[in-house]
Amino acid sequence: MEAVLEEKSTDQAAQRIHQLEQIATQVRRDVLWMTYLARSGHPGGSLSAADFLVALYFDVMDIHPPHFQMDSIGEDAFILSNGHICPAWYSVLARRGYFPLEELATFRRIHSRLQGHPATLEGLPGVRIATGSLGQGLSVAVGLALGKRLRKDPHIVYCMVGDGELQEGQIWEAIAFAGHYQIDNLIVAVDWNNQQIDGQVEHVMSLGDLPARWRALRWTVIEVAEGNQMAQVLQALYQARTLAFQGKPIVLLLRTHMGYPIDFMLDNHRWHGVPPNREQLRAALAQLPETLGDFPIPETIRQEVLSQ
Amino acid sequence: MYLYDGLAPSDLIFPPYDELETRRGFGDALFELGKQNTRVVALAADLAESIRMDKFMKHFPDRFFQCGIAEANMIGVAAGLATAGFLPFAGSFANFITGRVFDQIRQSICYSRKNVKLAGSHAGLTLGEDGASHQILEDIALMRSLPYMVVINPCDYWQTYQATLAAARHEGPVYLRFGRPKWPVFLPRSMPFQLGKALILKEGKDVTLIATGHMVWMAMQAEAILRQEGIDVEFINIHTIKPLDEETIRRSAQKTGAVVTCEEHQIWGGLGEAVAACLAQSTPVPIEIVGVQGRFGQSGKPIELLKEYGLDVPDIVRAVHRVLQRKQQQ
Repeated sequence: MEAVLEEKSTDQAAQRIHQLEQIATQVRRDVLWMTYLARSGHPGGSLSAADFLVALYFDVMDIHPPHFQMDSIGEDAFILSNGHICPAWYSVLARRGYFPLEELATFRRIHSRLQGHPATLEGLPGVRIATGSLGQGLSVAVGLALGKRLRKDPHIVYCMVGDGELQEGQIWEAIAFAGHYQIDNLIVAVDWNNQQIDGQVEHVMSLGDLPARWRALRWTVIEVAEGNQMAQVLQALYQARTLAFQGKPIVLLLRTHMGYPIDFMLDNHRWHGVPPNREQLRAALAQLPETLGDFPIPETIRQEVLSQ
Repeated sequence: MYLYDGLAPSDLIFPPYDELETRRGFGDALFELGKQNTRVVALAADLAESIRMDKFMKHFPDRFFQCGIAEANMIGVAAGLATAGFLPFAGSFANFITGRVFDQIRQSICYSRKNVKLAGSHAGLTLGEDGASHQILEDIALMRSLPYMVVINPCDYWQTYQATLAAARHEGPVYLRFGRPKWPVFLPRSMPFQLGKALILKEGKDVTLIATGHMVWMAMQAEAILRQEGIDVEFINIHTIKPLDEETIRRSAQKTGAVVTCEEHQIWGGLGEAVAACLAQSTPVPIEIVGVQGRFGQSGKPIELLKEYGLDVPDIVRAVHRVLQRKQQQ
């Protein structure tokens, strides 16, 4: 993969990054619209994780949408452990072709496949496990990666966890297990935005020396200084891929910003689980150009928001 | 073997012919499944031998995963393996595979509809000397409350063996509850096992006696005493507590007009409540529930504990007398 990148001219690489940035910008607009329409949801972490999810689904992963297969044999898989940031994930899945874009407008509504937290019961393509109760998704990703190894499927399982989620004990059980069994077809990303519902992660419950803690349990650690810069995220993911299948699971510690890049949301824990109101949505959308076109939104609502 | 004073094995409708652990029935069946199906995998949290996964471990080391003392992660790993197309059996003491990880089971297994089997050994008071910390009496209530979860509490070695095979055939989450001590083996090996189907061990007309798990052995002794008293008991074994064979229970209650249930569990949320809820909605008859009355267990020998907590043979006989009195008063 890295070789492929190198073969491309610098121009081509820059162009690719630009394309991914455009997608990420649109995903962020989707997140804001979805949480506005639902009058609920979690925009803060969705905005901080958008760049990673876009890089993963639009460039890095070997996947075959719209075809979705639960066991993921023969392709890469992704598990979202911090399920509350699903607005960003749903947008990425829809825009990658797993289900119709129109469905994004049903987020958190009754009888929707787009539940408030990801679920499998309604059969939404792309979702393999219900998450939302924190700390559980990583264990499932570990089990899925182990399953791929047992089935001799040379593909990778990706997983995202929140930084606040690392306060859950089960996460460290899963980290120990993956290190012990050398689950080396597993790449985990931590959305390290240092914000959780009750405040800054370091104030609520300090994570200590995070890189050292993962390393101590036999993981390869890649630190990403700017997890909202597409070029850095992409480079880290390619590096992780080259390190896969070498006896160790890999973690990317992505230093991100809650609410990125909306000025009044940036690095503010109060945006963890609060949707924008009409004025806030208008102000936020003004900071994000409509790159690919918004998903279908009832015209009256659109006018209501966008017309001053 | 515990046999209540004055009873001989020949007095019983199914005389015991051996004494084996129900957990061994699970372990032997798991080994059998391992031979039949390469997708069967097993996970344990440092109690692999205690729950009799030893044979599977020895013969299929590539499909056995020691998780260490970390049950929550074990549940998630099992869900992930099920996602990849495997048939995982995750086991521990009943306490640690249910109560300790209720939310993990709820979200990663039941809500996600993963084909994971949970094996809980050392359930109930008959665990004995370890005491209340380990003697879970609330697990049936917890597991019964979860959508899609099947709950099976087999009564002897062979029924546990058969229940384990049946759990593997069933697509979806199953909780298998069994125990630690050697316990009489009395059901004929040829006795059919059908998941969700009650076993009528003896037909009768005066009273319906329903038992699950180790308490089937105690209830069978009570039946012998009641028979000597001239009471014609319909004796039913419910191994699958959920889904409950409501049809059989209803039909029997209609016939006898009185029901007694026996379980090694709190009276809250277990077999008794399940039967009562079923009958209250269709066939209201007097019911007596034999179970633990809102207390925690304690250290002691299994039979001493059953006596102390009102689960002994005379307790069941008295419950039948009470229910018959209530029936007459109606």
